[in-house]
Amino acid sequence: MATKRPPFWQREQYTPFLLLLPAILTLLFVVLLPLLFSLYTSFTGYRLIRPESLWQWIGFRNYQRIFADGDFWTAFGRTIIFLTIALNLEFLFGLGIALLINKITWGQRTLRTIMMFPMMFSPILVGYQFKFVFNDNIGILNNALQSLGLSDGAIPWLVDKYLANFSIIFAEVWMSTSVFAILLLAGLFAMPRDPLEAAKVDGCNPWQVFRHITLPFLMPFVFIAMTIRSLDVARAYDIVDVMTGGGPAGRTELLWTLIARTGYDNARMGQANAMAYVSILLSIAFTYYFFTKLLAARKYMGGAE
Amino acid sequence: MAEIKLNNVIKRYGKTEVVHGINLDIAHNEFVVLVGPSGCGKSTTLRMIAGLEDISDGTVSIGPGVVNDLPPRKRNISMVFQNYALYPHMSVRENLGFGLKIAKQDEATITARVDEAADILGLDELLERTPAELSGGQRQRVAMGRAIVRHPEAFLFDEPLSNLDAKLRVQMRTEIKKLHQKVKTTVVYVTHDQVEAMTLADRIVVMKDGHIEQVGTPMKVFNHPVNTFVASFIGSPPMNLLPATITGADVVFADGKSLPVPTRLADRVRDGQEVIFGLRPDDLTPVGHGIAESGDSARLTLDVTLSELLGTETILYTSIAGQEAQGKMFGAREVAPGETLEFDVAMDRAHLFDAATGKSVRVD
Repeated sequence: MATKRPPFWQREQYTPFLLLLPAILTLLFVVLLPLLFSLYTSFTGYRLIRPESLWQWIGFRNYQRIFADGDFWTAFGRTIIFLTIALNLEFLFGLGIALLINKITWGQRTLRTIMMFPMMFSPILVGYQFKFVFNDNIGILNNALQSLGLSDGAIPWLVDKYLANFSIIFAEVWMSTSVFAILLLAGLFAMPRDPLEAAKVDGCNPWQVFRHITLPFLMPFVFIAMTIRSLDVARAYDIVDVMTGGGPAGRTELLWTLIARTGYDNARMGQANAMAYVSILLSIAFTYYFFTKLLAARKYMGGAE
Repeated sequence: MAEIKLNNVIKRYGKTEVVHGINLDIAHNEFVVLVGPSGCGKSTTLRMIAGLEDISDGTVSIGPGVVNDLPPRKRNISMVFQNYALYPHMSVRENLGFGLKIAKQDEATITARVDEAADILGLDELLERTPAELSGGQRQRVAMGRAIVRHPEAFLFDEPLSNLDAKLRVQMRTEIKKLHQKVKTTVVYVTHDQVEAMTLADRIVVMKDGHIEQVGTPMKVFNHPVNTFVASFIGSPPMNLLPATITGADVVFADGKSLPVPTRLADRVRDGQEVIFGLRPDDLTPVGHGIAESGDSARLTLDVTLSELLGTETILYTSIAGQEAQGKMFGAREVAPGETLEFDVAMDRAHLFDAATGKSVRVD
C-alpha cells in the first residue's frame, strides 16, 4: 500500500520551524513590524492629527531637515556630553562606594540593600523629588543655603543654562550610581586575593596595588555597567521631562525629549521617527564601543587563577 | 641576604590564639622548611614574616632590624604562593618585571634581569604569553621567576607545589633545590608534605597546633624525633608506634611478646614505665631480607596479614598486640597472607617514648 506523503507541517525538516513558530511570530509582530513601520514613516510626512498623511511619501526630506536643524544637533551634542559626564561621575562614585563597602566587615549586607534604594524609585518620582529640591522658590536646597547664610538670593537651579543641566545630571547620578556600585562590588567580591598579596610583596603601595591589579581586574565589570548605563542614559527622558521639560528655551533638551516633543506635541511623527533612527545609531555606537573594550579586557582574565 | 629571627611570635584572631610564641633563628642562605598538618600555623607564621598578617605579639626581624611595623613592600622579600598569584592581565615578561617596574628600575635593567631569570628557569619561549596560556608547572615557574628577579633578602614559599600533579611536583622540587644552589638566598618554605621537607631543607621545623615541635636537620628529625608526633609525621610509611610496658630489661607488649630495651636507652627508662615503642618499617625486616647492618638486633615472630609489592621493596602488614604494624622486605619474594615470618628488629634504631607525655625518653 502506497503511504501518503504527510502534510508539510508534519515533515521532519519543518519541525524546528514549527516549534519556533510562537517565538518567530512574537518577534515578527512585536519587534520587526513596528520597526519597519516606523522606518517607513520616517520617509513620510506622517502627522498624528492627519492620518491620511501616512501615505505621503517624501523620501529623505525628514532626514535632510533634521540634519540641517541646529536644535537637533544641539540636543544630539548635549546628549553625548550629558552621557559622558553622568557615566564618568557614576563610575567614580560607584567605584568609591564599592571600595568602601568592600572594606566594611560589619553591616555590609544592610548597607548593600540601603545603597540600592535609589534604584527602587520610579525615575518620574526621582524627577519630581529633585524638581522640588532644586526649585528656586520653595526648594529645600535654596532654603537650606539661605538659612545657613551661604547664599542670599534664590539660585535658579532649574533655569540657568549650566545649573539646570547640572541639576539633571545630579538627579541621574543620584539614582543610578548604585548600578555601578553593585556591579563593581560583585567584581571586588570575585577578585582573587593572591595577586593582591603578591603585588604587596612585590613592592606596591596601596595605590599601586589598586592601580595595577584591582582596577584592571574590575575593568570588565566597569564596561558591563557602562554598556547598560549608556543605553539607559542615551534614552534619558523621564527625569528631564519632569524636572525641566527640556526647557527653559531648550536649554536642557536631550534627544528623546526633542523627539517626544516633535512626535507628540507637534504631532510630526514622521520627522520624530527620523530623529529616533539617528539617535539609535548613537546608542549602537556606544554599545559597540563598550563591548569592544569589554572583550579586550576579558581576554586576559580567562583561565588564570 | 639576611638572617630572619622570630622572637616569641604570637598570632591571635580575636580571642583565639593560633600561633603560640614561635622562636626561630634562620641563618644567612639557609633553607628552612616549616612542615606540619593543615591548621598548624605554618602558613600564618610565614605570612607574618611576609607582612601579610599582623603580628599580635613578639618580634620578627629580617636582617638587622625588627620589621613588625613595616608593610610587605619595605621588607625586601619575595613570596611564591600556592595558587601562583600571577597577574592575569600581564604577559609573562610583565609579570616578571612588575616588581622592578614598581621599584622604578630603568628599562634596560628590567630587561636584563627578566632575561636572566627566564634563562635560569627556562622561560625564554614563554615571555610573551599571558598566564592563561600556561600550564600549571609553567605558571609555577613564572611565580618563582617573579620572586628571583628582585634579588630579595629572602624567599618565602607558601606550599608552592600543592597544586601540581605528582610527577610535576617531584620535578619542580628538584628545580627549587637547584635554584637555591644557584641563587644563594635565605629561604623559608612551608609545606604539609614531609617528603618535600626532607628533600629540600637544611633545617626542618615541625609544627603542630601553633607550636614548634622540633627543629633540626632532616637527618636529626628523622633519626631522633623528640616525640610521637614528629615520629609519625616525618617518614613514609610512618613509624610504627606500639604501646608497651618496661618490665625489667624488656619492653613487653600487651600480648606478651617482648623485646629487650635498646642498650642506648637502657638508663633512660624505669621498671614498670608505660612507653610507646617506635620503630620505622625499614627497621622491621624479615630475616635475610633487611638492609645488611650490624648492631643491636632482636627477633620477633609475626603473622603477615597483607603484603604490598612496590618493586625493590615490599610493605608487610602485621600486628603486634592488636596494633597494626608495618614492616619492609627488601629483595622480592612472594609472601602469602597469613604466613608467619621471623623478623629482624633493628634495636639500635628503635625509639621509646613516654606513654603519658609522648616525649622521647632520650632527647639529645
